[in-house]
Amino acid sequence: MEYKTTLTTCPYCGCGCGFYLESIDGRLVGTIPSKTSPVNKGKLCIKGWNVHEFVQHPNRLTRPLVRKNGELQEVSWDEALDYTADKLRNIKEASGPDSIAFFASAKVSNEENYLLQKFARAGVGTNNIDHCARL
Amino acid sequence: MSENIKTKVAELLSSGQIKGFLGLRSNEGHIGPYLFTNEAELDSLVVGDWKNRGDSRYPLNKCLINIACKYPEDTFGVLVRGCDERGLKALYTWNQLNPNKVVAVGIACPQELADACECLKPYPDECVDDEKAKACEQKAVSSIDALAIADRFALWIREFTKCVKCYGCRDVCPMCFCKECSVGSDDLIHTGQLPPEMPIFHLTRAVHMIGRCIDCGLCNEACPADIPLRTLYKKVADIIDKEFQYRPGYTDAKSPLNVL
Repeated sequence: MEYKTTLTTCPYCGCGCGFYLESIDGRLVGTIPSKTSPVNKGKLCIKGWNVHEFVQHPNRLTRPLVRKNGELQEVSWDEALDYTADKLRNIKEASGPDSIAFFASAKVSNEENYLLQKFARAGVGTNNIDHCARL
Repeated sequence: MSENIKTKVAELLSSGQIKGFLGLRSNEGHIGPYLFTNEAELDSLVVGDWKNRGDSRYPLNKCLINIACKYPEDTFGVLVRGCDERGLKALYTWNQLNPNKVVAVGIACPQELADACECLKPYPDECVDDEKAKACEQKAVSSIDALAIADRFALWIREFTKCVKCYGCRDVCPMCFCKECSVGSDDLIHTGQLPPEMPIFHLTRAVHMIGRCIDCGLCNEACPADIPLRTLYKKVADIIDKEFQYRPGYTDAKSPLNVL
């Protein structure tokens, strides 16, 4: 029997609320906002309160899907990345770099967002980069 | 205070009376719920003092229900204040926990915390320390009761208007255990809409907490809009006490409204 309360940071937005994820034998069962977190002081929004629901949800995608003959099929990461790179390259060659836009994310780290804008600007050659909240 | 608790919990763990002790742990500058399963960990056990005494209380009974659901045959210890003990008694009557599988280790609240909570009984029946705070006057309720009824209504509507419908009051509540939640039911309220219906959303919950709310105040502390929910539920509890002579958790009796 293993009951754990793991202090972690909410993955939803850039606020970074602190909470404990309750788990029993490796399965998440609850979210408890941290009272000592200076960001949220024991409070959460509705999304934060329900974080434990999605992590191990059976409907969650865990592998990339590519549509083949009208059907989504599971593929390897290598195949998915090659497919995406090919498509982006084709679009850029056909319509120019400004035909592509990038949405950064509040759910990732500063470093990952830096990489995304670097890829957009230096790799693809566009300034079309914005925040996911504008989607 | 926590030295006496540590001694008591160490005895319970070493004698095998309990499989684990659900309490609070100080770790890396934070205080949170933790299941202690061996004596060596007890150095980090705390009673929830952070900036003020007892200001980092957590819904330990709620955690205990999660554990008991998965391991109903095992006995666990749990740290209880007066409110938590009331919670245990009420949860026993609602068959959410088995009293034979729970060992409560009680602590009395300091007067400072009792005053902040305006608690009627800031200590459990049995506690490891003898110093008990005095019961407090219900100033928050009486100050609102003193208002004219139109002003009282306006005050509550003003408070409810701040609601962002995070459901934090329900999610943190150690007495919220229903599989089908009243404030999650489309028959009673519009679940997917903001703002919540005034004042039906909050009054639905207030009425549903009759016979359950044990006045721990965790809902009030979890509310991002600082709605004084505790005061509302205290008032509801007063009405039920007056009409039915019943306050949940103060006796071992079932709620008079628990007729099914």
